[in-house]
Amino acid sequence: MSRVTITLAATSLLALAACNQGSKPFDRNTQIGPNPVLPDQQQYLMPPMNVPEAAPWKAGETPKVAPGLAIKPLAQGLRSPRNVYTLPNGDILVVESTGPKAPVFRPKELIMGLVMARSHGPSSGPSNRITLIRDANGDGAPELKTVFLDGLKSPFGVALVGNDFYVANADAIWRYPYLAGDTKITAPGVKLTDLPGGPINHHWTKSLAASPDGTKLYAGVGSNSNITENGIGAELDRAAIWEIDRMTGAHRLYATGLRNPNGLTFEPTTNQLWTVVNERDELGPDLVPDYMTSVKDGAFYGWPYSYYGQHVDPRVQPQRPDLVKTAIPPDYALSSHVAPLGMVFYQGINLPPAYRGGAFVGEHGSWDRDALNGYRVISVPFANGKPSGMPREVVTGFLAPDGKSVRGRPVGVAIDSHGALLIADDLGETVWRVTGAP
Amino acid sequence: MTDNPQAPGSYIHAAHPVHPAFTSFPTACFAGTLLTDIVYWKTAEMQWANFSAWMLLFGLVMAGFAVIAGIVDALAGLRIHGKRPALVHVIGNIIAIALAILNSFVHSRDAYTSVVPLGILISFITVIVLAVTGWWGHEDAYVVETRR
Repeated sequence: MSRVTITLAATSLLALAACNQGSKPFDRNTQIGPNPVLPDQQQYLMPPMNVPEAAPWKAGETPKVAPGLAIKPLAQGLRSPRNVYTLPNGDILVVESTGPKAPVFRPKELIMGLVMARSHGPSSGPSNRITLIRDANGDGAPELKTVFLDGLKSPFGVALVGNDFYVANADAIWRYPYLAGDTKITAPGVKLTDLPGGPINHHWTKSLAASPDGTKLYAGVGSNSNITENGIGAELDRAAIWEIDRMTGAHRLYATGLRNPNGLTFEPTTNQLWTVVNERDELGPDLVPDYMTSVKDGAFYGWPYSYYGQHVDPRVQPQRPDLVKTAIPPDYALSSHVAPLGMVFYQGINLPPAYRGGAFVGEHGSWDRDALNGYRVISVPFANGKPSGMPREVVTGFLAPDGKSVRGRPVGVAIDSHGALLIADDLGETVWRVTGAP
Repeated sequence: MTDNPQAPGSYIHAAHPVHPAFTSFPTACFAGTLLTDIVYWKTAEMQWANFSAWMLLFGLVMAGFAVIAGIVDALAGLRIHGKRPALVHVIGNIIAIALAILNSFVHSRDAYTSVVPLGILISFITVIVLAVTGWWGHEDAYVVETRR
């Protein structure tokens, strides 16, 4: 009898939790653009986890592209490729990276770890290295694929300034000498600066960009938690974009309150720094929208105390009304939980004119809402250095048609020397190359 | 439990019941959860809320063993004298377990609202329920003892 009762009790709890998530449809397009609709906060009984099962690309399968475009794999069999970067001579760097092992502080983290593993790749073979791909004639069939730099510690961001090649590991920025045409770096490298790292390192991907004049580096340093559940002390110098002096390694916090900033890149017509940001989870399927924003020097964007300006998050104690007062809203919402991790502006001529000047954004895809969101690459049109309309879907089909399994997940994006769009697909272990349709 | 030289009926405790060996764990864990919840409420120091989450889990695991042992004891013919207190004990403890499961979900939230106000409230109610069932359960035990 007692077992039956417990089962009943557990079942009704689950039902209660399910009701809690609400069922009325929400138009996610109302959360795209400068003024997103922000519904009421929800407090879950059970954190919603809808993670499609990993079912990697079969031979010959590719994502879908918008009309006027074509897509082909540039390189496959990579291990967790998360970022792509084009060197001045046209060589393409692929950052292959696996995250540091996360410590377990609560039973929840044990369970979440198991669930999230569903949509991770086969996890075999060497990673935490950079692979160089050479496709000099731009036909999409590389002549060379070789290990460029090995033995890294969960690398993500890379940047080249002159002959200095920088790698942002999960815990430090390193500098290596590079000469045009090099296919391998053997020099030991010099540490430019430590970055906030372990032992937790919740958001470990450190995005990197060099200022147009080459004097500064900008590093995205994500928060150490969803919403301070690891203690506010773990958040020192995090949820921020660091500005680092390239000569001395000295840094200051350029902007703060950015929960997990990635895809740092300068808008080419204004030389303004932009970022995409992953906002907080577990306030509802449609809170809080992820966003892209120009990054204003000294600005505070709210995390953890508030979002989109002064919308206070009750989960943070002690609260800081003094800081909330100073929080500014970001420029352009991308809708909730799409997980934007890469961004690049398009200046090339290979792709149709509609993409010129706009920003490509790689959306890794949601895990904490029932209706999946993201899992695509979009293009946000820009005019006068600002988003000028609704985004268009550029690459889709990462999810299987039934939406229950996922074949790939886009992360970092880049433009190659021939004006093609490159997409790092960490789950699909592929770098995709999108060109204008022949 | 099987090695019993005595004739049936000469003892009420024909064998030692296993159930009570487990019941003290959830009781202590759920009472401890209330304490660590209170400390978290007062300090906002996350580690106290983490303690709560682990104590709820460990308490529930041990409660699971207690339920199984209770059923085994009952099936093994360890008759309970004083049916009414026993029923209160069983129903009360099932309520406490259900509350602790609910509380585990609440404690799986992130940061402050994992404890305040709902988590700490459920912890408090759980302890009240356990106090009632503990009182009745022990009365039951003493009735059994004195009749031995």
